[in-house]
Amino acid sequence: MSEMTLEAPVAGVKDHSPEATIALLKERYPEHISDDARDGYEGIIVHPDKIVEISRDLQSELGYNYLASLTGVDLIDDNKLEIVYHTASIKHGGNPLVLKVQVDRDNPVLPSVTPIWPGAEYQEREAFDMYGFQFEGHPDLRRILTWDGFHGYPLRKDWREPFYEEDNKPFGSRWPGGEVFRAEERNLYGKNVQYPAGWMPEGDEIEAETDSYAGITYSRDQSPDIKTEKVTINMGPQHPSTHGVFRMAITLDGETIMGLKPVMGYLHRNHEKIGERNTFIGNIPYTDRLDYISSMSNNHGYVLAVEKLMDATVPERAEWIRILMVELTRIANHLWAIGFLLNDLGALQTPMLYYYIERELILDFFEAASGSRMMCNYMRFGGVAYDLPDDVRGQPVMKFLHDLIYERLPKALNQGDQLITGNEIVRARGMGVGYLSPEDAIAYSAAGPVLRASGVPYDLRKANPYSYYEHLDFDVAVRYNGDIYDRFLIRVDEMQQSLRILQQVLPHLEETEGGAINDGKPQYAIRMPKAGEAYGRVENPKGELGYYVTAKRRDANPARYHVRSPSFINLTALEKMCIGHKVADVVAILGSIDIVLGEVDR
Amino acid sequence: MYGLGILKGMAVTMKHFVTSYLDDIFWASRGGRYYNDDALAVRQSLEGKGVITVFYPEEKLPVPERFRFVPFLVTDDPPPGQKWGHEWCTSCGICAKVCPPQCIWIERGKQPNGRPKPEPEKFFIDIDICMNCGMCAEFCPFDAIKMDHDYELASYNRTSAHIHDKERLSKPLSYWREIAPKKAAAEAAARDFAEESKKRKKAKKGEDDGREERLAEVMARQLAYKGAQY
Amino acid sequence: MTTTNTGVTSPDIAVPDEVKDNVFITNIAKLLDPVYNWSRRNSIWPLGFGLACCAIEMICAASSRFDLARFGMEVFRASPRQADLMIVSGTVTKKMIPIIVRLYNQISEPRYVLSMGACASGGGPFKEGYNVVDGVDKFIPVDVYVPGCPPTPQALLNGLIALQEKIDQQSIATAPWYRKNDPTAEMIPIPRLGPDLYDMRQVDLIKAEAVKAAQEAQEPAAEVTN
Repeated sequence: MSEMTLEAPVAGVKDHSPEATIALLKERYPEHISDDARDGYEGIIVHPDKIVEISRDLQSELGYNYLASLTGVDLIDDNKLEIVYHTASIKHGGNPLVLKVQVDRDNPVLPSVTPIWPGAEYQEREAFDMYGFQFEGHPDLRRILTWDGFHGYPLRKDWREPFYEEDNKPFGSRWPGGEVFRAEERNLYGKNVQYPAGWMPEGDEIEAETDSYAGITYSRDQSPDIKTEKVTINMGPQHPSTHGVFRMAITLDGETIMGLKPVMGYLHRNHEKIGERNTFIGNIPYTDRLDYISSMSNNHGYVLAVEKLMDATVPERAEWIRILMVELTRIANHLWAIGFLLNDLGALQTPMLYYYIERELILDFFEAASGSRMMCNYMRFGGVAYDLPDDVRGQPVMKFLHDLIYERLPKALNQGDQLITGNEIVRARGMGVGYLSPEDAIAYSAAGPVLRASGVPYDLRKANPYSYYEHLDFDVAVRYNGDIYDRFLIRVDEMQQSLRILQQVLPHLEETEGGAINDGKPQYAIRMPKAGEAYGRVENPKGELGYYVTAKRRDANPARYHVRSPSFINLTALEKMCIGHKVADVVAILGSIDIVLGEVDR
Repeated sequence: MYGLGILKGMAVTMKHFVTSYLDDIFWASRGGRYYNDDALAVRQSLEGKGVITVFYPEEKLPVPERFRFVPFLVTDDPPPGQKWGHEWCTSCGICAKVCPPQCIWIERGKQPNGRPKPEPEKFFIDIDICMNCGMCAEFCPFDAIKMDHDYELASYNRTSAHIHDKERLSKPLSYWREIAPKKAAAEAAARDFAEESKKRKKAKKGEDDGREERLAEVMARQLAYKGAQY
Repeated sequence: MTTTNTGVTSPDIAVPDEVKDNVFITNIAKLLDPVYNWSRRNSIWPLGFGLACCAIEMICAASSRFDLARFGMEVFRASPRQADLMIVSGTVTKKMIPIIVRLYNQISEPRYVLSMGACASGGGPFKEGYNVVDGVDKFIPVDVYVPGCPPTPQALLNGLIALQEKIDQQSIATAPWYRKNDPTAEMIPIPRLGPDLYDMRQVDLIKAEAVKAAQEAQEPAAEVTN
């Protein structure tokens, strides 16, 4: 990759911190930028007219070339809707720069930033779907998580779901006069449904499977001599290789892919709406179910975000335990991802089964430590829920971990290496397929292994360090070809690095044996001492996982709770990777992105 | 040489194939490889080689002490002739409040004079909503609600079987001691500690100081969080 | 294998005393049922169909440690036409239920549905969400429910054994799928997505409500004009 693309041509700018950049922007656009003066908030509020220009300046000149997250917020008290942009600098790392645009709640129109950051495409569609923002200049503004024709904008604060009980948990009907009921018993239709008053079913409502070809063109080829047609085919949501209920509409010319539109929302379980009803602590087990293969990392991101709001301090032992858990999760996740990728490539089952044996051992440890194999619910604000267990599968815990980290897992990785890395079929299917250039990877907001396999060494553990990662010695895995094979190799590299980290963590765990693992006493009702916003980001196995949480003072429920999920945003680049390849490569490319639908659809 | 990678891979599978038989031979003189608790323990540990399958239902993979499935209520050990004893639950409602999906319904008991009685009149858990997160057990100040280890709950009818009422939920303390011996012992020690410090406070001041009592109890509760392992 | 139908001489039939010890009277169904059920229960092919978190535990149940192959269930079929069992493994959303019903309709008889996990059974922790179906049994009949969030692989196996036990109770003589006018073979109308999900079987109710709402809206208007 040329140095030019990464190194922004910032003439004379020395300081790349968000504060300095904001000062620079203020000089340029004094009329259109104001500080976000709300208590506990950061960043700047930008006038909607200038957001595109300011974004362009940030992206092309000032080094903030990566749009980490874009989300809507409903400020119902001010009768406004807000879009929050988190932009980051790939080259310089550090904290993200926060931009906000506020628009009228009744007429939420603002320009789209997709011309600058194509990675905003699905995020803007989501904001449209959930809040009703109208993005001018967006190439394809349709519902993304719900379906066309859905009534209302569900994340608006005044929108109520059919089983609405109260705005916030805990619900009053549970105690002290708790008479059990099933919510459907109180619904006229006996189901989780509601219809707008006076709505009459016509019978011509869009059927589920036809509504999504809208984004893709079905066209007749104009070549005069040969009569060819492009065909649109459907893949999913029930398909063995879509890693869940994911669906793609693909336009083909012969077998070559000309266009591809992902269709999502088949697992949209309203994580954010429920999360805003929940108490802060009640969201922890829900985060387990986002990326259900790596629940520990999800916990970590969420508690980091809320700890920023609380100013909590985490005891040393708890931090080491967190890193232990998170890195083991990374290995478990990559074992799973590689197993499935190879499954998609045709290595049916064998590597997958071998890898799962190792994953089961990691799950055994999680189960012994937290009580559940997958839904760990292990971290708490200011620490972790429990200390390490005494023993795992009949062995003292430290011996188990030592054997796992020093013997079992390296051996398994080595075996996987022998089994697959040199395999000619894997190389033939993987090399040069699904190429994503570094420029595109950044533009599409790709994260995690997808970004790093394209030659962009951006890892939040180094770029914007959290927890104790500063004190640990490890390398950012990076590969330069940006194809399926490199995305496979980079996961192996990352597992090696995780093992390296784990080997450094073990002595610390022994040192801090018996130390505190939680800050203060366990509290079932956490109230935020102060108002404000926080964006907690961690390097999830799949990429940057961010939680945007806002709180009101003395409130036990988040006012806004948004998840920036890496799987969802990585999919934005899927079409780019697939075009020009054969239809059989789609599953492999999808497998190499490693999505989890719980996180894509939330 | 083209194809070498494939051959190398096949050698790995061959090794696995052979190992599974070698391990069979190893266990042949030690009570057999399957349906043998010793063999199962080795097979499921880090030393496991060859076929690692658990032959459920004949063999069951042991669950750790912290394992959590659906919750149950702890009662005293039942007096002879009865099914369960006195409920530990005081219907304080903390579990119902902390429950993330709100699957707990508690009707607080009432004394004849209308005052609240520290005992639940009714207690329901809808296990179709329960997410097995264990928050109720974690935050219960009376050790009265615990996570069960019984995962064999498959049923043919959910309308009748999936809302657990007080009778279905109640299990004696001895059951809890059986499934989680270390944790039960740690909790008992914490309770004793709290009781003792309460007495000490009383003896020192000669009067009942409710606040300090509570503080002592809170201190004791935190033992598990402060790193006291079980 | 359960053999509930060992030979019992029927009182209706007179058997000469001299051959009594050598005669075994039963009907053909009772004789065949154990064999029939034995072969069916040990070759249940599930539909390769994962929805959410529970699907991961389902895959774990199928992989080496728990190994569904011991029950003859390892053949996860991608096509519903070849499957016998649908493991609804995870949260059923409104956007997904039309497809699930369609898949169910496509499974050939006899077909079984196992609802895995709290979400599939009753909405689970996501029940309150606006896009979640509160139980797949609102649309398709379910044979076995496995509670848990998620059920461990062993809990799933326990549910599958419960399903096998259910199959053991069935008989060729009474199996509905060999009858004329089989009630279980009926196609379930596929729900549609309007402003919200609607069940085609409830269209009349929805229309009645719409009419009622329209009348209610008119009444105050009429009062104003008066």
